[in-house]
Amino acid sequence: MSELQNNNRRDFLKKGAWGVTLAAWGQLVFSCSSGEEGEAAAEATDTVKLLTPDGELVEVDSKHLKHIHKVKKISQQQARAGIPGKKFVMAIDLARCNNARKCITACQAMHHLPSEKEWVTVKLMKDSKDGAPYWFPKTCFHCDNPPCVKVCPVNATYKRQDGLVLIDSERCIGCKFCMTACPYSTRTFNWGEKEEVPEDFATHPDNPETSVPSRPGTVEKCDFCPDMVRMGKLPDCVTACPNGVFYFGDQNEDVVTNGSETVRFSQLIKDRSGYRYMEDLGTEPRVWYLPPRDRIFPVERGYESLPEEIKERYKDVGLDG
Amino acid sequence: MDISKKQTAILEKFAPYIERFDTKSRVWIGLLLAVIAVGLYALILQIVEGHIVTGMRDNVVWGLYIVNFIFFIGISYGGAILAGILHLFKVPWRRPIMRIAVLTAFISALIGPIFIILCIGRFDRLHFLLIHARLQSPIFWDVVAISTYLAGAVLFMYLLMIKDFAIYRDSEVLDLPPWRKKLYTALALNYQGTESQIKQLAISKNLIALIMIPMVVVVSSVLSWIFGMTLRPGWHSTIFGPYFVLAAIYSGAGSIVILMWIFRKAYQLENYLTDKHFAYMGYILLALGAGYGYFTFSEYLTSWFGSERWDEEVIDKLFSPSEYGWWFLISNVFAIVIPIVVVAFKKLRTPNLVTLAALLMVFGMWIKRYLIVVPTLETPLLPIQDTRPEYIHYSATWVEWALTFAGFATFILFFIIMAKLVTIVTVSDYAEEKK
Repeated sequence: MSELQNNNRRDFLKKGAWGVTLAAWGQLVFSCSSGEEGEAAAEATDTVKLLTPDGELVEVDSKHLKHIHKVKKISQQQARAGIPGKKFVMAIDLARCNNARKCITACQAMHHLPSEKEWVTVKLMKDSKDGAPYWFPKTCFHCDNPPCVKVCPVNATYKRQDGLVLIDSERCIGCKFCMTACPYSTRTFNWGEKEEVPEDFATHPDNPETSVPSRPGTVEKCDFCPDMVRMGKLPDCVTACPNGVFYFGDQNEDVVTNGSETVRFSQLIKDRSGYRYMEDLGTEPRVWYLPPRDRIFPVERGYESLPEEIKERYKDVGLDG
Repeated sequence: MDISKKQTAILEKFAPYIERFDTKSRVWIGLLLAVIAVGLYALILQIVEGHIVTGMRDNVVWGLYIVNFIFFIGISYGGAILAGILHLFKVPWRRPIMRIAVLTAFISALIGPIFIILCIGRFDRLHFLLIHARLQSPIFWDVVAISTYLAGAVLFMYLLMIKDFAIYRDSEVLDLPPWRKKLYTALALNYQGTESQIKQLAISKNLIALIMIPMVVVVSSVLSWIFGMTLRPGWHSTIFGPYFVLAAIYSGAGSIVILMWIFRKAYQLENYLTDKHFAYMGYILLALGAGYGYFTFSEYLTSWFGSERWDEEVIDKLFSPSEYGWWFLISNVFAIVIPIVVVAFKKLRTPNLVTLAALLMVFGMWIKRYLIVVPTLETPLLPIQDTRPEYIHYSATWVEWALTFAGFATFILFFIIMAKLVTIVTVSDYAEEKK
């Protein structure tokens, strides 16, 4: 039994190492693809060095890079049940976040979201008038007592045995009750915006694990990228973060990794006084926060370099004055 | 079936309204159909373009549609429970009001749920509510509640109409085309006024009236629980059930008064709907208005006094003139102060003024429903931040307004049609007097 666990752990660590490699790749691809968007596309003449399968190092124009998204084919039952033996958990290190917003763009690329739609958001929190502001990245909390799942009338959103809360967009009737029930404003609605999903997108369209393609008139949200996790890879926000803010892992194995550092989850929570946001609501989130103590960046760093329209979103907190 | 002299007189009075559509009602129907057509165009636009054409966005995911849903379904519940109480307690002045009350209950119960369908992103999947039903969801409770209620309301209305259908069938006063005679013959279910039929019908009517009263209390509470069950400030309140029940009865009573006034005017029914009837309905409005005022006061006093952070944020929005302050004030003055003052003073208790008070009150209740839905949705627990600016405040688009007006137009249109099909005063209720 213990050998099996050891194997699992070794396996996970190996996957973690894979994650690191992927993190580098992911970042490469994403930073390029995000440069491609909008008006910036014209000046995106950067070249990128890539290693071909033959071991040759080539230089390519970043414009030619495309996000390729492979997924395992699984059945509806598997998508409903979850990955056996796992209990996914995330820890978000508030001391490291400087609102680089790479998690947001990576998530958008991963799920082919239009640029104005965010499943991951970064709030500028200030808990009281005299308190210190800090950046607060927010994913779905995948609560163990999810208010959204409780109210769904058609079983479109559901809780899996591996802890994830997912949405079956083929089932969702768009009543939006889950959106009013979620105390964390996590869920977004497809109001009818068109998204561009590449034709060669090798996915099974009605698989709730990919959340792609999104259906107009249904609810969607952060899904912890279970399609990636199923292949032993980390969710894209984790790998895209330049500061290693997101630790992701399996609570059963008690291991989490941010791509470069793999730690015991329980030890991390213990050492860093981890807490869950709004614990008193009784929703039992699966996302933990590590308080912003000994920060590696001053909070203003995440604000100054932002484009004006994004700055506008934080004006109420008043970092300017 | 025997038709008394008194009943014949009523039929003669109503014959012109029943037999054919006059020019005036044709014009009305034309106007209403035009409003409904604009609504249908808006609906097609919403289907083709998606919900992007509405003002609803990620924070305020429910808007005018849900407001209208609560409003119409509330009026319906109110009409049904008042008809039930008036019938069961054999209130002597109920006779000219009963038909208006059950028609109000029936017609608004048809219109309310349409707005739910408008609010749903994928109404092509509406049947999932049945085939994939989840017992835990308050929406499923509401589906069960509304469909049960609708069946009850139809049955209630129908049972109160059977005797009248038999009278229309047998009357020689009414000059009706053959298809109408056939329709009444079918609807009268061979009612001939035999002793056993009289007894059975009386028992059935009493039973359904008895059932409707607790049923309305239950279904109206279920409606409130869609809001009460969530962890949202302004919604997560234990008194929401009784608050909604009372508000429903109140707005239903107000609507009945308005319709009484309209029909009295349009059909010259001063001999039937007398000043007394308006005064009595006024007393009901006063009692309900006081109760509604009490609930409103205790709801907002407790959350203001306790001033928990989230509650306070919603209260601030409702109290500050730059947000919803004026609307909150108007809704309370219209729905609490004015009806009580108008009915309390004998000089003011005239049909016209009571009706005006009822009209303002019903409008105030509509605003109140808006103030329940929108400000709470604009106040999530986490700050609205790092989001598109247009997601912060809700502002309904013309599509939502067009469909709202189409809903009201449909309500009036159905009333005009029903008032052609049946007399607005229950003819059969006037039989006993002849004995």
